[in-house]
Order: sequence, then C-alpha cells, then structure tokens
Amino acid sequence: MKRFWGFVKKEFLHIFRDFRTMIIIFVIPAAEILLFGFVVSTDLKNARVAFLDLSGDEITRQLSEKICSSGFFRKSEDLLSFNDIDRELRKNKIKAVIVFEENFGSKLIGEGKAVMSIIADGSEPNMASLVTNYASAIVADFNNRLIQTSGSVNILVQPEVRMFYNPSLKSHFMFVPGVITIIMTLVCALMTSITITREKEFGTMEVLLVSPLKPIQIILGKVIPYFILSIADAILILILSWFVFGLPIKGSIILLLAELMLYILMSLSIGIMISTISKTMQQAIFIALVGMLLPTILLSGFIFPLENMPKGYDWFSALFPPRYFIVVIKNIMIKGTGFLYVWKETLILLFFTVTSIWLSIRNFKVRLQ
Amino acid sequence: MTDSTVISVTNLVKKFGSFTANDNLSFEVYEGEIFGFLGANGAGKTTALRILSGLLTPTSGEVIVAGYNAKKDPEKIKKSIGYMCQKFSLYPDLSARENIMLYGGIYGMPKVLIKKRTEELFEKLNFREYGNRMIAELPLGLKQKLAFSVAVFHEPKIVFLDEPTGGVDPITRRQFWEMIYETADRGITVFVTTHYMDEAEYCDRISIMNEGRIVALDTPEGLKKKYNAKSVEEVFVRIARPVNNQPHPPAPSHR
Repeated sequence: MKRFWGFVKKEFLHIFRDFRTMIIIFVIPAAEILLFGFVVSTDLKNARVAFLDLSGDEITRQLSEKICSSGFFRKSEDLLSFNDIDRELRKNKIKAVIVFEENFGSKLIGEGKAVMSIIADGSEPNMASLVTNYASAIVADFNNRLIQTSGSVNILVQPEVRMFYNPSLKSHFMFVPGVITIIMTLVCALMTSITITREKEFGTMEVLLVSPLKPIQIILGKVIPYFILSIADAILILILSWFVFGLPIKGSIILLLAELMLYILMSLSIGIMISTISKTMQQAIFIALVGMLLPTILLSGFIFPLENMPKGYDWFSALFPPRYFIVVIKNIMIKGTGFLYVWKETLILLFFTVTSIWLSIRNFKVRLQ
Repeated sequence: MTDSTVISVTNLVKKFGSFTANDNLSFEVYEGEIFGFLGANGAGKTTALRILSGLLTPTSGEVIVAGYNAKKDPEKIKKSIGYMCQKFSLYPDLSARENIMLYGGIYGMPKVLIKKRTEELFEKLNFREYGNRMIAELPLGLKQKLAFSVAVFHEPKIVFLDEPTGGVDPITRRQFWEMIYETADRGITVFVTTHYMDEAEYCDRISIMNEGRIVALDTPEGLKKKYNAKSVEEVFVRIARPVNNQPHPPAPSHR
C-alpha cells in the first residue's frame, strides 16, 4: 500500500507542476461558465407538445390542428387533468403543454374571448422561449382569420404564457449542466488518456510494469488524482454558478454528487480505454477530442437541440454518453426531480462505464510495443 | 565472479500467433557477470528480455530468474531485478531526489534507507548540487547515469539494461561502462542488450541472436578465436548479417 501512495503522490506532482494541466483543470471551467452564461440561439422544428383540452369543441380542435400542422410542433398526446402537466413535462419528452379552458368554443363565440395557456419547460430556456413565441404567433394568426371569417372585431383567443421550473427564464441555467459535462469529459477522459500515454512515450511505463507494482495499481494510481480533482472541479463550477448566476440546486445534492461521481468514473474509464488503444500522446489527444469532446459539444443537446437534428444524427448521438448525463443533471439541478426520473439515464451511464472498463482490461497490454 | 547461476533458461519458446520470436533458447548467466545480449533488430532480443523480466510469459520451456520460475512467480522476479530501458526512464518533471524517492518507494524500501542511500549516491556521483533540480534540466549524460543508479538503487540481484547507451556520446558511454563494472563488482549481475559492437567487447560473455535463436555464446575472446575474427563486430557480421539482409522466411517450428 505504501508503494501505491508514493505513486499517487507522484501523479499529483505531475499535475501541479504542469501549468497547462492546471489551466485545463481550474481556469477553463471558470472561464467557460462565465462565457456560456450568454446564449447560443437555436430554432424550432417538430417540438412535441401535449394538449389539455378541457373544452373539446370544434374550435379547440381547429386551433390545435393549426398548431400541429405548422411544422414547428407535433402533438404527442392528450392530457386529462392539470395534474398530468407536471408529470409529463418532467418526463422530458414534451417541450410544452397547451391548455384550453372549459367551454372554450362557446365562450369565444358568446363572449368574444377565451383563454388558453402555453406552459413551457423553462429548464431549457432557449427552447422554452422559442416554443412560446412560435405558439403565440400561430394563435395570433388564428385570431386574424377568425376576425376575417366572422366579421366581428371583438373576438379573441388570449394566450397566456407560463414557464415551469425556471419562471424567470434565466438562460445560463441551461449552460451550467452543459459546462459541467464538458469539463468532466475534458479533465477525465482527455487528461487520463494523456497521462497514461505519456508514460508509454517516456518509457517509464515499461519500468513501472517491470516493477513490483501491479498493473491495476498503476492504473488506479494514475486515475485517483484525477477523480479527486474532477470532483473538486464540479463543486467549483456549482459554487461559481451559484454566486455569479444565483443558480440553486433544486434536487438532492447527494444524488447530484453521486451522479457526478458515476459520470467521472465513466469518463475516466473511457480515458483509460483511449490510452490502451493509442501509442502516442497525439493519438490519445486526437481520439479524446474527436471521440469525446466534439460529441459532447455538438451531439449532447447542450447547444443544438436533439429534436432539430435529422433522424440519423439523433440516433448517432445516442451512442455518446454526455447526452444522458446532461439530462440527469438538468433534471436534478433545475427541475429538482428525484432518482425515479433519471434512473434510465443512470443505467445507461452505468452500462457505458462497465463496458469501457471491460474493454480497457481486455486491451491493457502488459506487452508494450 | 562466482559460478552460481542467477539466470537459467532451458528450451525457451515464445510464439506470437504463428510467429516464433524465441526459438528454443537455452543459456545460463552467472552471478556478478556482465552478460551481453546481441542481435540485429527483430532477432528476438527484446522478447527474451521481457520474458526474463517477468513482462511476458513463455509459451514453453523453463526460465529461472534469481531463483524464481518466470511462469509461476513473475511477481517475485520483479522484486529482485532492476530495469533500465532504451528510452529514458526518469520523470522529467520531478527532481532527482523525487525520482529516487518514487522508485525506492515502489520497490518497498523504507524511507530512512532511501534517504541514506540517496546521500551516498550523490556523494559518489558528485551530484549534490543537482539533487533538487528537475530531471529535464540535466544534461543527457547525467540523466543516463542517474537512471542507471536508480535501476540498481534497491540492490537487485540482476539488472537488465535494454540498449542503455543509445544516443550518448563516446565519453559518457565510457563513464557509463565504468559504472556497470563497478556494479558487477558489487555482485549485481548485469544483463545488457546493445547495438554497439565495441561495447560487446566489454562484456564477460556475449550471446548473439539471429532469427529467434542463439547462434553463438562465449567470451568475446573465445568467439573471436572461433570465427578467426579481429573484433566482435566481425564475428557479428559473419554470423548475423547474411541472413538478415534477405526477406524473412517463415520461421521454422523446429530445426
């Protein structure tokens, strides 16, 4: 055991002495959080909405048809009561719920005025504002036609917009989970794969393998410092986003930390896997950047919504773990949901972890060529 | 030099798929000896060296290193040997002291002993002023010496040197060999692979490998006499080169 801790200490020395590593671990996360506090815009296509039609008359049918045939929205299902709204939104499948009040049609014709609500999922602020803007525009158009056809001036559907989970629609909330995911991927997968291949390149790996240290001790010794630093990093990001943007953690902090640890473990094992298949540092960096970091940025739904992707890309993105982790932390941090709502994603992450550990063990060549 | 055996290899065969890297090797190395392991690139030196140091397991045959069987007890072998590879094996971003501390610790030496021996070593090498400098700042010759000192720091029974003098100037190589002699005088067996034929002359005994087999094994003097050559280089050229220039025929399983 003493042999082992000496080895871990050495790994910490490598990290603290290399200012580039220190920048990647501590400066980049802070910079990204601040930079990404400002939004990247997106556009809308086939967003799934659910309807709660308490009236169920001809006019509500027309209006919902108009919304769904616009190309911007797609009807996912009809809800039966107000209680369903929260549940459905938490499932993450739909972007908004549209509610028509009771006797919508008769009120519109009789009183010239009826109310509908557009309830959007504010935990994705970009998406939410897009959804509500587009839906409101469609309703306005509907109003115009109604006026033309009926000849009456005093006829009006009033859309009320409401946000769930993030009522003031602070957009940087959305970026915190994304940045955490990017940083964890960067620090864990990239840095571990670099640090292991570096030993190969320097020839020190050979000396270590000939030494009484067991291969598993070598790997653990290289990974433990990064595990500890990554957790410190995640906490740093959370604290920073709390102080700078006032982002609260709505769900359980323990659950959040547990999920973070799982994701860190997964990224580390992917890093080890990358190092077992690459011979040089350049190769490792290339694989980690193209194979991990790019999908994290482009395919995780962090910047570009998954619903806007062509079908093929959507499937392709399912192969990369960051997408699931983003859902998990978004749910826990912003919606405050419990484990019941993220167990599927957790299971998928666990699967990725086990698979990459298994592949690394299989690939770990004591023979270094 | 005594006659007790520290490495004993009998009918060692190592295959990678259909390729036979080591074809029926048998040899012995004695305590305190400097044993040179020669051969062109791809002759199977590195494979044999890795089997002896417990990195690879033999396909068949018996390998005893420092009293332990390489198939059954590679972990025990690892504790009783030192190793220095052709690439530079110290960490450039750690100081000389930290490198020694790390390797001493890995080999399970108590801290007090590591500190005591470090001081002795620095004294001997006139190294004191460099002790706290990062390895990256040291000249190549010094690094090389230090790497060797680290490889024998835990007083192993045998030290394996895999082309230790690659890319070093002649004077440093000369000094390096003085260290090797001194180590052998302390009773540590030195097993060294090399490309440099002049270095082969410094060894007590040498073996020459070709195509996975040992084709000659004797003292440098003995080999020169047998092949009627002036130098080991001539011996080597006569034995190894003619076959080596031709494309590799499929390795026969047995001759």
